[in-house]
Amino acid sequence: MAETLNPRQDLREWLAFVLVWGAAAVVTAVFCWLLGDIVWNGLSRLSWTFLTAPPESAGRRGGIGPILVSTFLILGVCLSVSLPIGVGTAVLLAEFTSDQSLFGRMTRRSLDVLAGVPSIVFGLFGNAFFCKTLGLGFSILSGGLTLACMVLPILIRSTEEGFRAVPANYRLSAAALGLSRSTTLIHLLLPAAVPGLLVGLVLGIGRAIAETAALIFTSGYVDRMPESLLDSGRALSIHIFDLSMNVSGGDANAYASALVLVIMLLLINGTAAWLADRGLHRRIVTV
Amino acid sequence: MTSSHSNILCRWQTDDLLCWLLRGLAAIAGLVVVVIVGFLIAEALPVLSLIGLGRFFTDPSWHPAEGFYNLTPMLWGTLFAMAGSVLIATPLGILSAVFCHHYAPPAVARSYRRLIELLAGIPSVVYGFWGLVVLVPLIGDIHPPGPSLLAGILILTIMILPTITLMADASLANVPQHYLRGAAALGLPRWATIRGVVFPAAKSGLFTGVILETGRAIGETMAILMVCGNVVQTPSSLFDPIRTLTANIALEMAYALGDHRAALFVSGLVLMAMIVGLAIAAEWISRGRIYG
Repeated sequence: MAETLNPRQDLREWLAFVLVWGAAAVVTAVFCWLLGDIVWNGLSRLSWTFLTAPPESAGRRGGIGPILVSTFLILGVCLSVSLPIGVGTAVLLAEFTSDQSLFGRMTRRSLDVLAGVPSIVFGLFGNAFFCKTLGLGFSILSGGLTLACMVLPILIRSTEEGFRAVPANYRLSAAALGLSRSTTLIHLLLPAAVPGLLVGLVLGIGRAIAETAALIFTSGYVDRMPESLLDSGRALSIHIFDLSMNVSGGDANAYASALVLVIMLLLINGTAAWLADRGLHRRIVTV
Repeated sequence: MTSSHSNILCRWQTDDLLCWLLRGLAAIAGLVVVVIVGFLIAEALPVLSLIGLGRFFTDPSWHPAEGFYNLTPMLWGTLFAMAGSVLIATPLGILSAVFCHHYAPPAVARSYRRLIELLAGIPSVVYGFWGLVVLVPLIGDIHPPGPSLLAGILILTIMILPTITLMADASLANVPQHYLRGAAALGLPRWATIRGVVFPAAKSGLFTGVILETGRAIGETMAILMVCGNVVQTPSSLFDPIRTLTANIALEMAYALGDHRAALFVSGLVLMAMIVGLAIAAEWISRGRIYG
């Protein structure tokens, strides 16, 4: 084929080849540099005591025990609020409204906008609504509720996809058997849509754990062990931010905390990919 | 699916109940964005009614304590950082997607895609931290001080790269196979096929990807805050420190009171307006008006 090209075309092909491989090489190199740097500098500090001990002298020494507890509490609040609302909305959008209905379209549009709202704006809103108006103050509860608003679009989109992937003959056979739509939903569609739901859940957890900006003014900075949901608690991402920006000499522990956060997120994303894969394979087998 | 009230099968009371319950939940989900905008406006209103919108662009400087609320330097900061990162990330991302589809052997393409997905999962605070301890000192060696618009652009580029790559990857995968076979039958070489056949066919998806990454670049807070130096000024070179709208909110919210606090909510409203503008643009593209 090459001999049919004129020299200028040949040069262009060659240039494109170099550019495409060059782009891929640059991206791979940056990725390895970043991850390598975090692992290399973080691994030496990482130990069981680091994960369980409380931080000392503003985090320069000691561990991240209470911070991990706060992070998981915030996550728990976030999921226990967003999961029912998210799954309910997804079921409604996928099963109980037509694509053309006004309510469905409005909900979808508003969720699309919500997905693009910057996290710092969620922070502003959370501070004004949950902390001030509802009087929850700087607390794990405020932080979790703010995050719940934030993960809703992700949760709804994947769950809805899960429901849409269930073959139509499930619904038709259930209707032919005279089952009510609630029974169909609970006993047939929900179990079949579980893979999509799990992917949404895991992606939502990932987004919530990675979040920093929305939490600074809602869950606060306090690095003590939280005693109740109304206590202020510092999330892991805020801990990294605080150590690197406001605490001189906190870099070593910041590296170790960043490594913990990255490992958690890699595990979470790996789980999501695995679930999505498995869901795809299982779906093909209709009983 | 048919909606429930027109469905003859909808005879059960539990079905009606469930339907209303679900509608209630969906209404909550749909109203979140309305409540957010409502609260932003309510909190911003005191200062807006006091000094008006115009003074946010005409005041001599940003000194909230003295009653000067000029947002323009921060607006420029946001726009410059966004424009720079989008300009670098778009070609890189689209070339990455082309690499996955048309250049790399399948095994390499699969692992490269996995790598991009990992990159998408790394939290912004980790990018910011890496930029602060690795990138900023490097830039400081070339041209002090180090924390600068350039550092912000580079970090943002890495952060938004996965968004455009994954989006471009999906839209390249949607190009019909017979287009490619037709191009091969005509004896077109690889790059000519990509430029002349694949890109036009995937145009709408590529533009949506650019819009999504622009949205991410505008909204990013923590990474930008950590590497940009946060001096309120309109930058005159790549090495000048800048402050973006988002960083300004994150920095000053901790101690802002009264009109100052309200002014921060005004900048939140400005950010929201940008995002809604982008959403409208995305809608416009997906309706197909960009084809032709």
